[in-house]
Amino acid sequence: MADIGTLNRTAAGFDAVADRVASGPRGRRPRRALSPRNIMLYGTLFVAALYYLLPLYVMVVTSLKGMPEIRMGNIFSPPMEITFEPWVKAWAEACTGLNCDGLSRGFWNSVRILVPSVVVSIAVASVSGYSLANWRFKGSELFFSILIIGAFIPYQVMIYPVVIVLRELGVYGTLTGLVIVHTIFGMPILTLLFRNYFASLPVELFKAARIDGAGFWSIYFRIMLPMALPIFVVAMILQVTGIWNDFLFGVVFTRPDTYPMTVQLNNIVNSVQGVKEYNVNMAATLLTGAVPLIVYFVSGRLFVRGIAAGAVKG
Amino acid sequence: MVKQAAAGRPNHLFRNLNSKIASIPMILVATVIFLGGTIWTVFYSFTNSRLLPRLSFVGIEQYERLWASSRWIISIQNLAIYGILSLIFSLVIGFMLAALMDQKIRFENTFRTIFLYPFALSFIVTGLVWQWVLNPEFGVQSVVRSLGWTSFSFDPLYNPQIVIYGILIAALWQGTGLVMCLMLAGLRGIDEDIWKAARVDGIPMWRTYLFVVIPMMRPVFVTTLVIIASGIVKVYDLVVAQTSGGPGNASEVPAKYVYDYMFQAQNLGQGFAASTMMLLTVAIIIIPWAYLEFGGRKRG
Repeated sequence: MADIGTLNRTAAGFDAVADRVASGPRGRRPRRALSPRNIMLYGTLFVAALYYLLPLYVMVVTSLKGMPEIRMGNIFSPPMEITFEPWVKAWAEACTGLNCDGLSRGFWNSVRILVPSVVVSIAVASVSGYSLANWRFKGSELFFSILIIGAFIPYQVMIYPVVIVLRELGVYGTLTGLVIVHTIFGMPILTLLFRNYFASLPVELFKAARIDGAGFWSIYFRIMLPMALPIFVVAMILQVTGIWNDFLFGVVFTRPDTYPMTVQLNNIVNSVQGVKEYNVNMAATLLTGAVPLIVYFVSGRLFVRGIAAGAVKG
Repeated sequence: MVKQAAAGRPNHLFRNLNSKIASIPMILVATVIFLGGTIWTVFYSFTNSRLLPRLSFVGIEQYERLWASSRWIISIQNLAIYGILSLIFSLVIGFMLAALMDQKIRFENTFRTIFLYPFALSFIVTGLVWQWVLNPEFGVQSVVRSLGWTSFSFDPLYNPQIVIYGILIAALWQGTGLVMCLMLAGLRGIDEDIWKAARVDGIPMWRTYLFVVIPMMRPVFVTTLVIIASGIVKVYDLVVAQTSGGPGNASEVPAKYVYDYMFQAQNLGQGFAASTMMLLTVAIIIIPWAYLEFGGRKRG
């Protein structure tokens, strides 16, 4: 495959020379679309794409079938008659323990957790990143290093001390407590993101504002914040998907009636009592995955940038 | 005059005061939670705390009990198998996909979107989908059997011997897209001239990848390795959703052991000891990396 590719290119080079001699049309001859190399290349990519798409397809198809059809056929066949009943049931009727009001409860719990957590964690981290980039003080880099190393420590190591701290503050098991937890554990990556972004802005801007008499907060609100909008969007994508997908903190830091969607979903699907309704389960799974998926498909390149910024520099 | 003298020398502590005030949350998180919390957990792992943490030291008894527990041994074995295989496979698959994507193909955005979308999904969703796809009654196994191969058997989630590979399949589906993206960024960072030089020298493409490009991408590989590795140690939700540790306790992992002992079995001491072992595992991965990454730079 590789050799053919090289040969093609060499051949194209000869052609170009020949063309120039004949002073005919310039430029490389367009490569054939159906060369063996291309068939191999796109074939492999296509098969891989099928593998990645398959579970999503199975989810959608299963959630649109009725239970009798699921028991009869195979999971890959498209539904013979489409029914939206499983979706309704997953949203409004599925049971966890004694509550039978479906995933809607978990959805709204997750929204209630998500909005303040995203706002608070980004606000705190952006200010920290700004002061690390522009207003260094003695020891600031040391604290930052501890923060970054802390990002690699398994949550299980720190989770009980956090429980104690929250209990002492009187917010264990409440929404405030969970917001604090998300702010704490989102901090390393977000602070890094903002610090790197603010450090990459031209320092002359900062100096000019200083000469004009602006202080810490006025530079932040009037100059840095308006310039950092793209990175705020990246941070939001990171936090919205991260917090929505969280399971561990939801289990540890909330009570059953305030469980976020992921926890409730797991309880619905993996509950041992009752007949397994696979179509309802898949509809519920899709509903839970819908929010991050929508964020992903809408944000596109920014999502990639977000995880790359988080990952490569981490 | 007096005022001027008083304000003459700014107090060291109050310089940059706003910045310090703004950094209080960060300082508190770094010192109290990350540093303090870790030390606290390690410290209390030497006590026999049960329902509540208390200070009665028992030396390394918790660790002896931990390593005598068959459930912990299984957890560690699973983590080792899962960890090594998922490192190898996600690096290899991720790199190969990235190399294919780097051939100036059409529809690159479409392919990238497809490969990366599972990464947006939570481990809970991933686990539940694959639980369904791998369901022996309705899933892959029954489909292959209905095609005529009636003795075909593939039920990883119900077979204690291979359950960890069922989890591995789901984890690879979720995570390789990220590796592909990181690798692609690395490949795009390689100078075009390198490729031209290799082409002029007539080196076949696969050899260029193997002996020129991959060594040049060392930093990307190391970072990716660290990211995958620290994710592996944390694996918890996926197992909970896909198998709940079953069948029996064949797919237990350390993170689940810690959670169960801390919050369900009310045996805090065991939980602390197990989480300290997790910390140690991470330290073994991170310290050499940090040394190479940051220690080396100072020397150079």
